[in-house]
Amino acid sequence: MDLNFFWFAILGILLTGYAILDGFDLGVGIMHLFVKDDTERRLLMNSIGPLWDGNEVWLVTFGGAMFAAFPHAYATAFSGFYLPFMLLLFALIFRAVSMEFRSKQEMRWWRQMWDVSFTAASTLATFLFGVAVGNVMIGLPIGADMEFQGSVLDLLGPFPLLVGAFAVATFAMHGTIYLYLKTEGDLQNRIHRWMWSTFGVFLVLYIFVTMASLVLLPSAVTNFREIPWAWVVVVLNVLAIANIPRAIYLGKPGYAFISSGATIAALTFLFGFALFPNLIVSSLDPAWNLTIYTAASSQKTLGIMRWFAIIGMPFVLSYTVAIYWIFRGKTRLGKFSY
Amino acid sequence: MDLDVLFLSRFQFALTIMFHYLFPPLSIGLGLIMAITEGMFIKTKNREYEVMARFWTKIFAVVFAMGVATGIVMEFEFGTNWATYSRYVGDVFGSPLAAEGIFAFFLESGFLAVLVFGWDRVSPRMHFFSTIMVALGSMFSAVWIVVANSWQQTPAGYHIVGEGMAARAEITDFWAMVLNPSSVDRLVHTLIGAFILGAFFVMSIMAWYILHRRHVKLAQQSFTIALVVGTLASLAALLSGHEQANTVSVTQPAKLAAFEGHFKSGPGDMYLFGIPDEEKELVRFGIAIPGGLSFLLHNDFSTPVTGLDQFAPEDRPPVQIPFQSYHIMIALGMFFIGITLYASFLRWRGKLFEKRWLMWVFVVAIIGPYLANQAGWVAAEVGRQPWIVYGLLRTSDALSKAVSAEEVLASIILFTIIYLFLLAVWLYVMNDKIKHGPDESPLAIAEGGKGSLLDTMASLADHGGPSMTGMHDEKEGN
Ligand code: HDD
Ligand code: HEM
Ligand code: HEM
Repeated sequence: MDLNFFWFAILGILLTGYAILDGFDLGVGIMHLFVKDDTERRLLMNSIGPLWDGNEVWLVTFGGAMFAAFPHAYATAFSGFYLPFMLLLFALIFRAVSMEFRSKQEMRWWRQMWDVSFTAASTLATFLFGVAVGNVMIGLPIGADMEFQGSVLDLLGPFPLLVGAFAVATFAMHGTIYLYLKTEGDLQNRIHRWMWSTFGVFLVLYIFVTMASLVLLPSAVTNFREIPWAWVVVVLNVLAIANIPRAIYLGKPGYAFISSGATIAALTFLFGFALFPNLIVSSLDPAWNLTIYTAASSQKTLGIMRWFAIIGMPFVLSYTVAIYWIFRGKTRLGKFSY
Repeated sequence: MDLDVLFLSRFQFALTIMFHYLFPPLSIGLGLIMAITEGMFIKTKNREYEVMARFWTKIFAVVFAMGVATGIVMEFEFGTNWATYSRYVGDVFGSPLAAEGIFAFFLESGFLAVLVFGWDRVSPRMHFFSTIMVALGSMFSAVWIVVANSWQQTPAGYHIVGEGMAARAEITDFWAMVLNPSSVDRLVHTLIGAFILGAFFVMSIMAWYILHRRHVKLAQQSFTIALVVGTLASLAALLSGHEQANTVSVTQPAKLAAFEGHFKSGPGDMYLFGIPDEEKELVRFGIAIPGGLSFLLHNDFSTPVTGLDQFAPEDRPPVQIPFQSYHIMIALGMFFIGITLYASFLRWRGKLFEKRWLMWVFVVAIIGPYLANQAGWVAAEVGRQPWIVYGLLRTSDALSKAVSAEEVLASIILFTIIYLFLLAVWLYVMNDKIKHGPDESPLAIAEGGKGSLLDTMASLADHGGPSMTGMHDEKEGN
């Protein structure tokens, strides 16, 4: 396999892993303020307590891998998205410390403050991820020197904002289903209703985003013409989405969670597939696109890094599985909780 | 200085990395002590060690969370503010960064979950194993990031392809890149600095307990463990620092000259302190051992040492900041050696814990290793200027072209506000935990519980008690 393609695929895997895993804990954050009782809020935070940091490392590793494999794309994207990206960083900072600090003091205002900051930061982070994806889909004003030439306002077009909202809806749904799995009793009953409402919002936005993509991005379909089997993923995606309400209705939340995870995976795949072989599309001139060949490191580096991936990935997967196994089951507050 | 993108970006990088660097060295140092303490528990089955191990775990969790939150910023700041640099070095530099994610951060974050939340979910041995893995993981992150930084100090194992603005470095020899001339020395020195910090942190808290006659037995035990670590590490810092100075004299002579205010080539003096005057090219108010620098490097008081005059003015580093920070680090290093040796001697004679004044010194001495660690990095990094990659790429050429001064300024303002706020909260929470102390009472309800909390206690007791990392654990059987 061509090394550049290999790294494109690895980045795809890292991004998918990130979206599925951090997706549910961001979703829990988005839903956090909907529960009012202090104990219940602690339950929410503790349902992701041991997991969120590991989930976030998928993003950190995605960043490192992109720096190493496609330094031009790393440089262009992050300097181009400067201000939104700084906001994203602030959001991620606040998310992390909100969980850590919230239950350290009893004062009402103290807990309230971190609760609000937790939800606001989770929502903002998710929204900005969506905006970034939306921008990458429609392309950025990139010049011949690979540099971004627009301003912040260019990043806030209607389509990226729509994708941002869609990301929030998707993670909110994903997180809610996760919470249903981790809670019991009365709280769980309320969450059951939220599964329906978040699914509804998700579905509406899904339809909008799909239509908008077809209208605005005819080029997104080119790859499907060349590789028709990819339509299978589209069909699977629709099936996975359809399976979510079915599983909720049948009382099989585990399947609903797998389906929402599969939906996220399929969406990430389609995003990557439509983009390929580009990493960043120039809206000024297709010749200035950053592709997996023009933005890449040398073959030697990509080759060395392949060994990192081959040696490292099994470890990563085994920690992930082990931690999820150790912390399986319903969340209960104990003396080790937040 | 103008508020141009260059200055602002440098300022922002310094601000964010120095803030990040408040936490990792403490994690690394505390991780070591935590592992030792829990190891003693596994070996001796002595409950006191377990109580301490649990206490450190709680503190560790709060430190770690801040390290993570501020580390994410660093991971992306190369792309946001130093895009040209990222294009230039990505081929070489990206791989250690990626390796850090794959090999270190996943390890740390996974086992941290067990460490903090897993006391009652896994066996004591498995828990101990997790502690060791977290401690090792934090050292691994230091490995990769220091390798990356050392490569930009002393590049090796690469060649340059392309011309002018399109030039960039590509790896030719991976191991030569990893084992570049400074990486091993600097890694060792950085880890030692972290161990010193961890040891002084523990000694500071324990001395405070001893002075307030709280948890006295535990405190004396832990103080002793930390004192051993601290003494060995302080001595080791001197040896490894000396080793580094030798390397720097060969690989980055301009930096060494700036450290010692050595303007004119010739036999080098070693200053105890002084104020270099960069215009007049001399050191004012200085007290120096004549020929000391030559002696240090060559065992001879008169061997010439390269001075700043050998470098074109545009290739010279600033002198004042590296000089001062380097001297602060060394002075503090000597202080650590002195105080730990003295305390070890007293401990051996069984008199240490009676010396109240010394205990007070240890309470405040924690500031020392913080300063020394920051000063060391400032010396190393400012001494590398004007190069971002030594001898290859200038800092002024390394910026992001797409980013404006206003944008950087806006982000600096936000970072400053947020970081000050977080620092205040962090200190508050840490102080609270330390005041609260380790939980010695396995079954009992409160020692020193606060009255105003009684109401909340009742409600909390209903749902299995408050949190491990929460402050009111005195109320539950731990
Ligand atoms: C892997 C790379 C790396 C690592 C591990 C560090 N740095 Fe660094 N540092 C840089 C990479 C870098 C840089 C990106 O190369 C900068 C930005 C501008 C420059 O000249 O170098 C820099 C600049 C820089 C400056 C400003 C110097 C100036 O502009 O005059 C300071 C004060 C520090 N750093 C301090 C630190 C501290 C306290 C660190 C400890 C954790 C540290 N650096 C680790
Ligand atoms: C510019 C350079 C640096 C970058 C890009 C960086 C990046 C990061 C990132 C992304 C994290 C969070 C990982 C997670 O989510 O678990 C982190 C945490 C950490 N970093 Fe840094 N870091 C830098 C400098 C350093 C240095 C110089 C050291 C040590 C010598 C260090 C040691 C650590 C450690 C031990 C952690 C774990 C959290 C903690 O223990 O506080 N880092 N870093
Ligand atoms: C006691 C005598 C010491 C000597 C002679 C010494 C020497 C040095 C030298 C020459 C450097 C620059 C290396 C370079 O730029 O490549 C350095 C850097 C540094 N020092 Fe020290 N040092 C001493 C003590 C300490 C102590 C006690 C600490 C911390 C507690 C410390 C922390 C650091 C750090 C964090 C750096 C930056 C990282 C690095 O470049 O290795 N040093 N030291």
